Amino acid sequence: MLGRKIARHALAIVATVLLGGFLSATLVRLAPGFDVDEEQLDPHLNSASVQALRRTRLEQHNIFRFYFHSLQRAAHGDLGTSISLGQPVSVLLRERAPLTLRLVGIGLLLSWAVAMALALSAAWLRISAYDALTTALSGTFLCIPAAVLALLSVLWNVPGALAIGLIVFPRVYRFARNLLAKAYSLPHIITARAKGLSELRILFWHVVPVAGPQLLAVAGVSVSIAVGAAIPVEALCGLAGVGQLAWQAALARDLPLLTNLTILVTLVTLLANSGADLIGHMLRGQEA
Amino acid sequence: MKLWRTGTARMNLWRTNFWRSLACAVLLLVVGVSLSANWLAPAGYAKQYREAAGAAPSRQHWLGTDEIGRDRFARVLYGTRISLLLAPAAALLSTLMAALVGGLGGYLGGAWARGARTVTDLFLSLPWLFLLITVRAVMPLNVSPLLSVLVTFLMLGLLGWTSAARVLCSTAGALRNSDFVRQARASGIRGVRLFWIHVLPNLKPVLYAQFWISIPVFILSEANLGILGLGVAEPMPSWGSLLKELEGLVSVGEEPWKFVPLILLVVVVTSFQLMLSKQEEVSA
Repeated sequence: MLGRKIARHALAIVATVLLGGFLSATLVRLAPGFDVDEEQLDPHLNSASVQALRRTRLEQHNIFRFYFHSLQRAAHGDLGTSISLGQPVSVLLRERAPLTLRLVGIGLLLSWAVAMALALSAAWLRISAYDALTTALSGTFLCIPAAVLALLSVLWNVPGALAIGLIVFPRVYRFARNLLAKAYSLPHIITARAKGLSELRILFWHVVPVAGPQLLAVAGVSVSIAVGAAIPVEALCGLAGVGQLAWQAALARDLPLLTNLTILVTLVTLLANSGADLIGHMLRGQEA
Repeated sequence: MKLWRTGTARMNLWRTNFWRSLACAVLLLVVGVSLSANWLAPAGYAKQYREAAGAAPSRQHWLGTDEIGRDRFARVLYGTRISLLLAPAAALLSTLMAALVGGLGGYLGGAWARGARTVTDLFLSLPWLFLLITVRAVMPLNVSPLLSVLVTFLMLGLLGWTSAARVLCSTAGALRNSDFVRQARASGIRGVRLFWIHVLPNLKPVLYAQFWISIPVFILSEANLGILGLGVAEPMPSWGSLLKELEGLVSVGEEPWKFVPLILLVVVVTSFQLMLSKQEEVSA
């Protein structure tokens, strides 16, 4: 059963990446200026070289052939060359991915720690004023654009990871609070409380099995939110990560680089979502 | 005990209604003031006072001027008007697309529903901002400011339908197998008529909720794009382009009036969030 689920997820990831890749290739092919090559204007090239360059471009006119060649190159580790930076995309990714992974990782840890601490304390205390206060706090962060939080982090010399944490925290808090409130209002948990069981025992024995799988699904989604938040944070805080690279590629209209980054990020988010789904499935299986 | 409970419930209801009424009043006020920009603003959003570039607030310029001498109060009013008129238009477009893809896919079922779910999953697996900047990068560079506004919000509307489509697909799927739809089908009502008379009216609460949810999301997305320099082109103002001014600040206390667009945006988005909870209740 688990094997079938893993196979289904793997198939969905491959299909989504292939389809996403095709859409990206179409986007690159249809973008204005695709046919124009600056090298054709080089006065050092003779007419035969210019003709050869034009022939190469003509071969890429067929969208399916263009995509097939891109896939062939990607299979050999060649993700193309960035137009604006003149460097291979794979080299750029190797250089910048570690910083983004660190930022997103720390940001996610911070956001989950704050969100769970607030959601759990709200569920335990059951004081309406405290609940209103935590909801208002998360609501305020939810209403501030991610880019403004990044700008404020620069202004107050706050690390970029904290800015990512503050962007992700209200989204996680909202789900966690609702899930925990729902779990704590279940009859068997109310009975356990009435019988005088300790809060920690209730949490780990009764609440986590109920809310855990859904919280895991939120964890998968929060990876996608954190990766998206990396763009404004890295771009505005001057951090040389994948997010800043994507922003620079968008400003320079470097579509080959941008589409490769988008496919890569899609793959990461799909893996995170599938991982969360599979762990949730395993937990439910153990419970049964 | 019962009396006390009824009293608490009434108090909670009164409190909820109070916040919603306040949110509604704030939104109406902001929309009203922004629509009166032609009369309230001292000049157009692009008029430059070159002798007063980067000026502090004064009687002539209530919020000062920007670095090229444009009146900030006028730009805030016109920018608010643009964001508040076009975000609901984009939300309407995305809701219609969600109804078309998710609603119809779920209603038709089988391969159509699977196809709709695959397309929405593909879009949902792309982080929103990555998708936006990728599509924005394809747009020609030489677009006019007015066209850039339309393109930005059109893009938001065309790409922001996926999560709504997923909700609608499952709701329509559940309605398709409901007793009253089966009975209608048995009575000979089929196709478009069945969808129009029996399914669509039951999808309306979800559609309303999705419409209201999308507005603050689009306002915030436009602001993010504007700050990153990928939104509305100059000299056209929008909340995104107005917030870009915060980039040059050295400290918060230095020029606090530059935070007015941010405060206004937070107030408006909060008001939409407060209105939203009512719509969510309706859809539930």
